[in-house]
Amino acid sequence: MSKNLNLTLRVWRQRGPADSGAFGTYKADGINDDMSFLEMLDVVNERLIGDGKDPIAFDHDCREGICGSCGFVIDGRPHGPQPGTTVCQLHMRHFNDGDDITVEPWRAAAFPIIKDLVVSRAPFDKIIQAGGYISAPTGAARDANSTLIPKPTADLAFDAAACIGCGACVAACPNGAAQLFTSAKIAHLNLLPQGQPERWSRVTSMVEVMESYFGSCTNYRECEAVCPKGISIDFIAKMNRDFLQAKFRDKKKLAGGPLGDAG
Amino acid sequence: MLSGSAPRTSAAAQAPAVRQRRKHHLWVLYFYGSAIGKKAVMAVTGIVLLGFVLMHMVGNLKLYYPDAERHLNAYGEWLRTFGEPALPHTGFLWILRGGLILSFILHIHAAVSLTLMNRQARPIKYQGGRSYAAADYAARTMRWSGFIIGFYVLFHLADLTWGNANPDFIRGEPYNNLYYSFERVPVALVYIVANLLLGLHIYHGAWSLFQSLGLANPRFNQWRRTFAAVFAAAIVIGNVSFPIAVLAGAVDEPEHITGEARLIEHAHTLGTAAETLPGVTFHA
Repeated sequence: MSKNLNLTLRVWRQRGPADSGAFGTYKADGINDDMSFLEMLDVVNERLIGDGKDPIAFDHDCREGICGSCGFVIDGRPHGPQPGTTVCQLHMRHFNDGDDITVEPWRAAAFPIIKDLVVSRAPFDKIIQAGGYISAPTGAARDANSTLIPKPTADLAFDAAACIGCGACVAACPNGAAQLFTSAKIAHLNLLPQGQPERWSRVTSMVEVMESYFGSCTNYRECEAVCPKGISIDFIAKMNRDFLQAKFRDKKKLAGGPLGDAG
Repeated sequence: MLSGSAPRTSAAAQAPAVRQRRKHHLWVLYFYGSAIGKKAVMAVTGIVLLGFVLMHMVGNLKLYYPDAERHLNAYGEWLRTFGEPALPHTGFLWILRGGLILSFILHIHAAVSLTLMNRQARPIKYQGGRSYAAADYAARTMRWSGFIIGFYVLFHLADLTWGNANPDFIRGEPYNNLYYSFERVPVALVYIVANLLLGLHIYHGAWSLFQSLGLANPRFNQWRRTFAAVFAAAIVIGNVSFPIAVLAGAVDEPEHITGEARLIEHAHTLGTAAETLPGVTFHA
């Protein structure tokens, strides 16, 4: 049996990057508790449009928790109160009738607000460009199983690859650090045989780009707690280890690069 | 995965600030220039400081020996004479102090510069407030506990090493200095509060150092927290017990037996002159 909720929303409204922004208060009455949080916002927006007002802007795409587009802070917690869930998969049944809900965008110097709840996560793309890839010879497709990978290694790499790049880790981190995202992207490739040729340059380059935008890790573990994909901070330890190893291994070519990987 | 995600809304809107890092030619500086490098330095210097804090606490447990004054003063004298004649008087002590001072400075420098970096990373706080899902009190107060411990260390040195904060200070008689220092209730309270904060700092730090150095392994991960908790508890219980023991009258009043006096007595029982004992030099 679904029931209806009457809610009061306090939503961050900001016209553009240069605007200072402020909270706006909206009544959300008659919300079916089978709706997702985004569907609830759709209803509120339809009513706003009907009243000739500017709808609340938010990022979204797949609405099944795998694309990484959606995400904002609900009552002080990225992606809201339900662990392991993106806002598109967060259902209104986790709220109570009469609740006041505060909704705010990710806050980080690296994630400037574009409008309302939409932020630019372009620095994540810069981190990926710095080494979140493998180089492979083109030509005829190889047999799928020609490179043997132990099952536990494949599983661990897949756990890291589950990162959807939503940015909740940065949003939750009191330091605005992107360690969980970066470490997941590094581990995903550094664990696998295909990632080995660029292993050391990957970690140095990606960490360098990460540190040029984001804060540093002080092991609060907030990122792990809010990650909708349950990425473990063990990957951060692995990134630190790979980074330190790369630094000690790669004495002549500090900036990394293919020649620096020798040895 | 990322490439499969939705197209990002025009990033041209406003490009975030990029921190440009100077490329040092000296490897050590280049390494220390990175935040992960600084955290590794914090972890290693933290290990040095943890080792010191543990040995300091264990050494002071001599307060509970039956003949505490002799033992404590002799221990102090031993620290000054150890390594002679290969090393000059207090040579070994100054090697230890050199390592400690360097660790302390690096630990603080790394902490301050990383804190500044982190402040820049979120110039606008959450306007609607934020909640914490995992970060405990110890982790969230590291900067405060560290800051206060730094000042406490200066007071501690002034009180029991330099002596200018302790009217009853006698150089070379740690037992006397410690006894009359802890007898003052406000001073004892400073020691107790500072050591509780030290425990809090260690509770996070002794766990965090494993992550910073990349020491994670499913076999021992669960023990990292236990290690930090036990280490912090041992330091707090040991160190807090000293002022309490003095205040409770569980420790004898000093009889001014110096380490040298103890050596002379020891030589006497052997039937020789103290000067003939191996490795002993007297400084009048």
